[in-house]
Amino acid sequence: MRHVISVLVQDHPRVLNRITGLFARRGFNLESLAVGTTHVPGLSRISLVVSGDDHTLEQVEKQLNRLIEVLKVTDHSEPHVERELALVKVHVAGVEERLAVKDIQEAFRARVVDVAQKSLILELTGDSKKVDSFIEALRPYGILEVMRTGAVAMSRGERTLKVREKREAV
Amino acid sequence: MKGSEALLKALEREGVEVIFGHPGGAIMPTYDALYDSKIRHILVRHEQGGIHAATAYARASGRVGVVMATSGPGALNLVTGLADAFMDSTPVVAITGNVPRALIGTDAFQEADVTGVTMPITKHNYLVQEVNDIPRVVREAFHIASTGRPGPVLIDIPKDVQLAEFTGTFDVELDLPGYKPTTKGHPKQIERALDALEKAERPILMVGGGAQHAHGELLAFAERTGIPVITTLMGLGAFPGNHPLWLGMPGMHGTVAANRAIHHADVILAIGLRFDDRVTGKVSRFAPHAHTIIHVDIDPAEIGKVVRTHVPIVGDAKLVLRELLKGAKPLKLAAWWRELEEWRTRYPLRWKPRPHLQSQEVIRAFHEATGGQAIVTTGVGQHQMFAAQFFPVSRPRSFITSGGLGTMGVGLPFAIGAKVARPEELVIDFDGDGSFQMTLQELATLVKYKLDVKVVILNNGYLGMVRQWQDLFHAKRYSEVYLADSNPDFARLAEAYGIKGVKVERKEDLMKGVEAVLSADGPVVAEFKVYHEEGVFPMIPAGGAAEDMILEHPAEREEVEA
Repeated sequence: MRHVISVLVQDHPRVLNRITGLFARRGFNLESLAVGTTHVPGLSRISLVVSGDDHTLEQVEKQLNRLIEVLKVTDHSEPHVERELALVKVHVAGVEERLAVKDIQEAFRARVVDVAQKSLILELTGDSKKVDSFIEALRPYGILEVMRTGAVAMSRGERTLKVREKREAV
Repeated sequence: MKGSEALLKALEREGVEVIFGHPGGAIMPTYDALYDSKIRHILVRHEQGGIHAATAYARASGRVGVVMATSGPGALNLVTGLADAFMDSTPVVAITGNVPRALIGTDAFQEADVTGVTMPITKHNYLVQEVNDIPRVVREAFHIASTGRPGPVLIDIPKDVQLAEFTGTFDVELDLPGYKPTTKGHPKQIERALDALEKAERPILMVGGGAQHAHGELLAFAERTGIPVITTLMGLGAFPGNHPLWLGMPGMHGTVAANRAIHHADVILAIGLRFDDRVTGKVSRFAPHAHTIIHVDIDPAEIGKVVRTHVPIVGDAKLVLRELLKGAKPLKLAAWWRELEEWRTRYPLRWKPRPHLQSQEVIRAFHEATGGQAIVTTGVGQHQMFAAQFFPVSRPRSFITSGGLGTMGVGLPFAIGAKVARPEELVIDFDGDGSFQMTLQELATLVKYKLDVKVVILNNGYLGMVRQWQDLFHAKRYSEVYLADSNPDFARLAEAYGIKGVKVERKEDLMKGVEAVLSADGPVVAEFKVYHEEGVFPMIPAGGAAEDMILEHPAEREEVEA
C-alpha cells in the first residue's frame, strides 16, 4: 500500500543522506522524496512516498525516528492534502496539435509556462493521480520531457506536525 | 587554546581517562596536545585493534570507550570495529582527523568521506566545521553514545579545525530536540506483562546484552518469580551461569533445555535482546506455543521487528525490571520445572571424548582452574561457541565477544581493552588459529603496556566453523579452510615479541599447560593443538527451528524431538 509520510528534521548537512541511506540499507522502497525549509529556522520538512505492508511501514517510521536529527514522523493516513508539481514539455507539430494540447491544458487547469515553435512546457499541480492522467493525456502528442517533484502532503484541519520544544510549532 | 586542546579538555570533562589509538598526519595536532594531557593513550599497532579495544573497554567497564585515528586509511580501518560496536550496541566515541577544510572533496592525500562511509554503522556522526563547536559536539557524542540504545558515534575533525584558535565555551547545554529515549516502561504495559506472567504455566525469561547493567534486578526478579532464565550470547553473565534457574544459551548452538523451553513456552519475557536469527532460527517456527511475547527494549524499532510482540515495553531494562519487581509474585511452576529439569539432566552440554586434545576440555579445564572468575574474550568461530558453552561466567560484563557482526580477530584487542578497563581481573582470550591471525600484531600492545593477558589459542589447523559447515552442508568439500600447512609456531611467535609462549599438544599435558598459563607472571600466548575435525554441537542448522536440533555429527546422529 502507498503511504505518504511527512518528516520534520533538523536542517543539518547530510540529513538527507541519512534518510535515503536508511531506505537503501533496510530495503525499504522509496518512491519519491521532496524537501523544503519550514517557517522555523533550522527545521526542514520532508515528504516521502513509500509503499509496503503494515510491518514495513511500522519499521520505516521507527527507523526514521531513530535518526538523531529527526524530530517528528507522521504517516498521513488521516484526511490530508497531497500535491505534486509537474513540468511537461510536449511536442506540438502544428496548429491542430497545439489546439488539442490546449484543450487538455484547460481540462486539467494546467498552465503554459513556455512556448516555442515546436514545443510547449505545461505546469500542473495536483495529487499524483491527477499528474499521472495529465501525462497520459499528453502522451499521444509526443512528450519530450517530464519533471515531477514527488508528492508533498499536509494533514487537513487542526492537526499539525508540531514539536513541543523550545522551537515552536511548525 | 587550539581546537585540539579544546578537544582534549572536552574529553576530560566527559571523564575520559584512556584513549586507544594510532597517530597520523591529519590527527597530529591532537596527538601533540595529548602530549600535555592527563589522558592516558594506548598505542595500538592497527586502528582496528584500537576500536576493538575501546569496544571491550566499554563492555567491561560500562563506560564510553574512546578511539582515535587519522584521516583516510586510519579512519577506514575503524570501519569493521564501528560496525561491530553498532551491532552489539556498545558506547564508543571515535575521533578521526580529516584533511583541512579547504581540501575536503578534492581527493586530497589520505582523504576519505569518513562520515559518509560510517553513516550506516554509527548511531550518529559529525564532521566538525567550526572550532568553537568542539565542546558541543563532544558533549552530544558522549550523550548519544551512552544513553538510549548505546552505540558508536564518530567525530571527524579537519586538521585546520584542530589547529584553529578556540574562543568558545565549554559550558554547553544539550540541545537534541529529535533525541529523547524513553527509559521508563509504560505502567499499563508493565501491568499487562505481570498479568500474563501470573497466568503463565510455562513462562521463560530471555535476556540479552541490553540487560548486562540490570543483573541485580534480573536476579531478584527471577528468584522472586522462579521463572527459568535463558541468556543469549550477548547476555552471558547478565544472569549467573552457575544459578539453578539458568537454562543456558538459546539458538544455533544453544542448550537443548533452553531451546526446548522456548519451543514449549506459553509466555516469553524478552529483555534487552533483538531476536537475532541465530537465536530464533526460522521465525515462523519460533516459539510456536507462546501466546504472549513481552518484549522489553529501549529501542522502539526493535519491538516487533522480527517476532510478533503482544506486550511491547519501551524502556531501560533496569528501570523496567524494577517496576516489574514491584508486582512480581512467586509463580507455581513445579510442573514446568519438572520438564525443564528432565531436559537439562538428559541433555547437558557435553562432548564426545577422543584420544586427541579437545577445545571443549581445554576451556572446561580453565573454567575449573579459575573457578570461572575471569573476564573471557573470544575471537569468532568454533572456539567462540565452545567458550560460550563451557566457560559459563557468573558475573556481568565478563564475557566479551562479537555477537552481531561476528568479527574474526576481536579476541586479542578485546582482551587488551578489558584488561585496561579492569586491570585487577584475570583476562583470558580464547582464540582460534584463524581468528588470532587477523589481529596478532596487537601482541606488541601487550608488551608495550605490560598487559597481563592470557591468550589461549585453540589451534585445530582449520577455519573450523567454515569447515564444519562445509562438512555438513557442502559434502565435505573443504574449500580454502586449511591453515595448518602455513600456521606459525604460535609459542615461538609470542617469544619473538618477548611474551611467554606455551605449547600443548597431548591430552595428558593439558593440566600442565593450564597451570603454566595461569601461573605465569605477565602475558602468555598458549597454543593448544586440538582435534582438527571437532564440530560444535548441539546445532540447529541455519534457517531451522528447535525441532531440527542435532546433538552430534550426523554420522552418529541422535535427533532431539522438540
